[in-house]
Amino acid sequence: MDLLTHLGIEGVRMIVGLVAVIALVSVNALFLIWMERKVAAHMQLRPGPMEVGPHGAIQTVADAVKLMGKELITPEEVDRPIYYLAPIVVFLPVLLTFLVIPFSQTWIIKDMNVGIVLILAFSTLTVLAILMAGWASNNKYSVFGALRSVAQNIAYEIPLLVTVMSIILMVGSFKLTDIVAAQGRYWFILLQPLAFILYIICATAETNRTPFDLPEAESELVAGFHTEYSGMRFALFFLAEYTNMFIVSAVAAVLFLGGWRGPILPGVVWFLIKVYALIFLIMWFRWTFPRVRFDQLVTFAWKILIPLSFVNLLLTALALKIF
Amino acid sequence: MMTYFKEILVGFWSLLMGMAVTIRYFTKPIVTVQYPREKIQMSPAYRGYPQLIIDPETQTHKCIACEMCSRICPSQLIHVEGTKFPGEKQKRATKYVHEHYYCSLCGLCTEVCPTTALEYSAEYRLAGFKREDAVIDHLILLQERQKAAGLSPTPVPTAEEIAAAAAAEAAAKEAREKEAKAKAAAAKKPAEEVKE
Repeated sequence: MDLLTHLGIEGVRMIVGLVAVIALVSVNALFLIWMERKVAAHMQLRPGPMEVGPHGAIQTVADAVKLMGKELITPEEVDRPIYYLAPIVVFLPVLLTFLVIPFSQTWIIKDMNVGIVLILAFSTLTVLAILMAGWASNNKYSVFGALRSVAQNIAYEIPLLVTVMSIILMVGSFKLTDIVAAQGRYWFILLQPLAFILYIICATAETNRTPFDLPEAESELVAGFHTEYSGMRFALFFLAEYTNMFIVSAVAAVLFLGGWRGPILPGVVWFLIKVYALIFLIMWFRWTFPRVRFDQLVTFAWKILIPLSFVNLLLTALALKIF
Repeated sequence: MMTYFKEILVGFWSLLMGMAVTIRYFTKPIVTVQYPREKIQMSPAYRGYPQLIIDPETQTHKCIACEMCSRICPSQLIHVEGTKFPGEKQKRATKYVHEHYYCSLCGLCTEVCPTTALEYSAEYRLAGFKREDAVIDHLILLQERQKAAGLSPTPVPTAEEIAAAAAAEAAAKEAREKEAKAKAAAAKKPAEEVKE
């Protein structure tokens, strides 16, 4: 009892929230991997996993058990501290961003007044982790994958931040709850459709998803920066990618689709529906478009997305000044 | 300047068209047939393992155990045995076994059969756990197919019946030979008498 009073309501809320987040991340990864395989399969007119459990629902559990049973091979000349730390550094910051996401009107672990900036800052740490993974692997293909990933992530951060800034300009605050509250009458996707399109493209590039998945290009670089990782370490990279997908979709839902707002159902249900609809959109991209070449990728970011995002910002500022 | 914007718009439109194609395919039913849980209807020209034809007139097989198929099989996989049963005009097969694990589906056995007793089946579910699962006893298979078609199954001759039939045939042959010898002797005698 003493410990609880010492922690206070904030502390208890933090602990309960963290436990819930860890549970959510695990269940989400399980669900998303199954959903990806099923979506991919049905877009290719085949059934996908059907054996383990009804319509392959437990297939991911079977895969996780297999990965846990694999030998953790550490190549000889790797840079040990960095090699061991990379999977952890890629996963933890993404986990921390769950602190500020408003799942419903009251379901938010810590409503910080730097909400959106925190999320963007922590998402950038994954770049560092990928660089660590690629460099420490002592494998030239991993280094190529890592360098490409760094160039890609940095290039696409800029339109991402500028697009988010145009939304923040309209709201006037970084707090995610304020952004959701400001979407009472119209969702921001109606007011800024260009920003939404730019955000989704940049989000796909930030999470290293096809068509921007050169760093993990399965057919070109063996597996890119995570070639030398086996078993549970590889699973952590995978987990981080799917969790990152959830985070960017959650941010898009909050910024553009009105967060937890919706008519009849409770807020949480609407939020999850919006997030998973956006994740379906990202998966839809994967099975429609071929991978872009590296020079096309960088051209697209610097010559098309950045000018467009600045134009969007200017137009938003102008509109706010006039109306 | 204008080409820059036009390129963006045309490119964006092509992306949307691509996504429209994919979502249309997402809503179509799958084309995979989930073997072994679902059955497929094979076309009549499908070449499965050779099996005995059920003659529509006699409701049984037409094999006369001439062993042509056995001799022509390049991998020597067919084993036929037959005897002539008393009261019938031709031999009848009493054992027809073929080992399917090395069959190359060349079709020579089907081509060479003088009574066209063989046809290709439509059976594709041939997975088994041991090599012996691929050995097909065609007389038993014929019974199962006759039962499935609602006809009365042809009984497989037992060893005693075969032995009895063989013995009866041997006896009949002996009787015929004796008769032929007696006739030849009888034909020779008057000729000798005339000569003398």
